[in-house]
Amino acid sequence: MSTLTTSDSFSTLLATAPTSFAPLRQLAKESFLAQGLPSLKAEEYKFTPIAKKLESTLTNFTPAQPFALSAEQVGGAIIEGFEGLLLVFANGYFQPQLSTSLEGISITRLSDQPETQLGSIAKVEKDPFTALNQATFFEGIHLSLPKKTQLDQPILLLQFHQANVGQVISPRIWIEAGDFSSATFIDHSVSLGEQPYFVNKVVEIKGGINTHLTYLRLQHEGNRVIEVSNLETDLQKDGQFTSVNISLSGDLVRNNLTLNLLGSNTVGNMFGVYLLNGKTHVDNHTNVDHTFPHTESHELYKGIVADQSRGVFNGKIFVRQAAQKTNAFQQNNNILLSDDAIVNTKPQLEIWADDVKCSHGCTVGQLDEDALFYLQARGIDKINAKGLLLHAFAGEVLDKIECDSFRNHVVAQIQERLGSKI
Amino acid sequence: MLSIKNLHASIEGTPILRGINLEVNAGEVHAIMGPNGSGKSTLASVLAGKEEYEVTEGEVLFQGKELLSLSPEDRAREGVFLAFQYPIEIPGVSTTNFLRTALNQVREYRGLAPLDAVKFLSLMKEKMALVEIDQKLLSRSLNEGFSGGEKKRNEIFQMAMLEPMLSILDETDSGLDIDALRIVSNGVNKLKSDKTATIVVTHYQRLLDYIVPDFVHVLYNGRIVKSGTKELALELEEKGYDWIKEEVDATATR
Repeated sequence: MSTLTTSDSFSTLLATAPTSFAPLRQLAKESFLAQGLPSLKAEEYKFTPIAKKLESTLTNFTPAQPFALSAEQVGGAIIEGFEGLLLVFANGYFQPQLSTSLEGISITRLSDQPETQLGSIAKVEKDPFTALNQATFFEGIHLSLPKKTQLDQPILLLQFHQANVGQVISPRIWIEAGDFSSATFIDHSVSLGEQPYFVNKVVEIKGGINTHLTYLRLQHEGNRVIEVSNLETDLQKDGQFTSVNISLSGDLVRNNLTLNLLGSNTVGNMFGVYLLNGKTHVDNHTNVDHTFPHTESHELYKGIVADQSRGVFNGKIFVRQAAQKTNAFQQNNNILLSDDAIVNTKPQLEIWADDVKCSHGCTVGQLDEDALFYLQARGIDKINAKGLLLHAFAGEVLDKIECDSFRNHVVAQIQERLGSKI
Repeated sequence: MLSIKNLHASIEGTPILRGINLEVNAGEVHAIMGPNGSGKSTLASVLAGKEEYEVTEGEVLFQGKELLSLSPEDRAREGVFLAFQYPIEIPGVSTTNFLRTALNQVREYRGLAPLDAVKFLSLMKEKMALVEIDQKLLSRSLNEGFSGGEKKRNEIFQMAMLEPMLSILDETDSGLDIDALRIVSNGVNKLKSDKTATIVVTHYQRLLDYIVPDFVHVLYNGRIVKSGTKELALELEEKGYDWIKEEVDATATR
C-alpha cells in the first residue's frame, strides 16, 4: 500500500522529528512507510476514506507548533463544576504554568523519561497512524500514579488545538498506574479556529494489578478537523478499565480503542455516544482481547445520526482459548434522523474458548413516530418531544458516567445540540 | 364545545371517515360505538392530530377554533386529551419527568407560571389518589413493563394532571378486568364537570355501566348511522351490530 504520495506528503513531517526516542522513532518511521496510508480496500478502514480525505484536504504536512494560551482561555474551557487536577496542552505541548499539580502524581515530559517503553502497548505495526505519531510526535506527556494512589477527583486533560491547513497535531500520552491505584481521566479537546488541521493522537495506558481506571473523552472539534486517535490499554490481574467516548463534531474522526485483558478477573467497559450532524463522519473501532480466564467486557455504543453524517461502528471481541469463563457483551444501537444519514455497524467476534458467555447485537432504526405523537398529544412540542426521546436513547450510556461534572457537561452539550430544554 | 361537520379522513388513500357530523356540548358524555373497523379509533386519532391520517373534507371547531389547523401539541394545550387505546412504552423517560415537561408546556401556553418541583409533587399526589396509582410506577420509565391496567390508569392519571376540556377515551376499557375498569371509570367520573365534555369510544356496552353517557352514537363505515340515549347501547349489547349493518346496507342499496 505504500505509495509515493504518502511518503511525499509526510516527508517534511518525518524529517522534522525531534531526536528523543531516536531508535523507537526510526522503527516507527519504517513501519509507517511500509504500511502507507490505509486505502479503502483495507478492511479496517473500509467505510472511512481517511487517505483520500487527508490527501485531498492537505498536501504537505508540517508539525503544528505550540502557542500561547491565556489563563482566561483556560478558565473558560474548564467544564463547569470540575474539581481536580488540571493539565493544559497547546497542540499537544504540556503547559505546566497553566496546569495544577498534585502531590505524589508525577507529570513529566516524555523526553525526560527516556526509559518509557513507547509503543509497547500501542504497537506501531498494528496501525499506520500509531506509527506516524510515534515517528513524529514532538512533545508527549508521561503521567504516573504511584502504587495505591486513590484519586477521588478526576484529572482533566484539557487539549487546546490551533493549527493551519496541513498542520499535524500529534498528542502522545503515556499513563502508568501503579498496583491498586484508581483514577479518572477526562480528555477534552477544544478547537480554536476553523482550519482543517489533522490531529493524530496516541494514548497508552499501562495498568497495574487491581487498578481501576476510567478514561472519559469528549470530541467536539471544529467541523473541518480530521482526527485519528489510538487509545490502547493493558490490564493486569483484577484490573478494571472503563472508556466513555462522546463524539459530537469534526470532519472525519476515527477512534481506535483497544483493551488487552492480560490477567484473570479483569473487566473492560467500552461505552460511547456519537451524535452527528452536517457531514461529520465518526468511526469507532473497538477491540477487546480476552486472554485470561474469568474476564469480562461490556460494550454499549449509541449513535444518533442526522443530515448527511455517517456513523461507523466496528466492535471486535477476541476470546482466546485460555480465556474460559469469559463474559463479553456488546451492543450498538443507532437512530437515523434523515434519509441521507448512514450507519455502518459490524460486530466481529472470534471465540476460541468453549465455556464463555458472549452476546452482541446491533440495530439501525428511526425515531419512533408513535412515541413522538404520544408526547405531542400531551402538549410537548415536537422539538422537545424529539429531544426527550433522543436524550432517553443516549441516556442509557450517559447514565454510566460516574463523574458528575463530566456527565452534566455532556448532557448540556447534547441538549444544546438537540435544541430541547429537557 | 366541539363541532364536527362532514369530516372525511383517509389513510394512505383509503377513506376511513366518510362524513362525520357531531355536536358535543360542555357537561355532556358521548359514547361512540360501532363494529370493528368502523372508524372509531380513527376519529379519536384525527381529533388528536395524528399525522398519518389525511383530512380530505370537513371541519372541526373546538371552542370556536379550527382544530384541524393546530399541531397535536397545541390541541393538547387548548384542552383536548386523548387517552390512547395502546399507550406507548417509552424507555428512559420517567412518567414524572415527562408529565412535568408536558404540564409546564401546557401551562406556558395558557399563560400560567411553571410549577416548581414541590407544587408539582403535591399536585401529583392529589391526582394519584384519584386513579389509585402508585408513585413507584411513576418514577419508572413511561409505561415500560406496565400491565394493561396500569397503562390505562396512567392515561387517566395524565388526564387528571392536564385538566383537559374535552377528553377522548379510546377503548379505555379494552383488556381491563372489572377492578381496573371500576378504578378507571371512577377516575373519569370524578374529573367530569359541567364545563368539560367526554367522548367515550368503545366496542362494548360494559364501560357505559360505569361512565353513563348522555348520547350514544353508532359509527359504521365511517359515518354515524344512528344516535340515541344510553338505551341504544343496551340494545346493541343485546342484539349486536348486525341489525344496524343490515339497516344501513339496505338503505344504501335501495
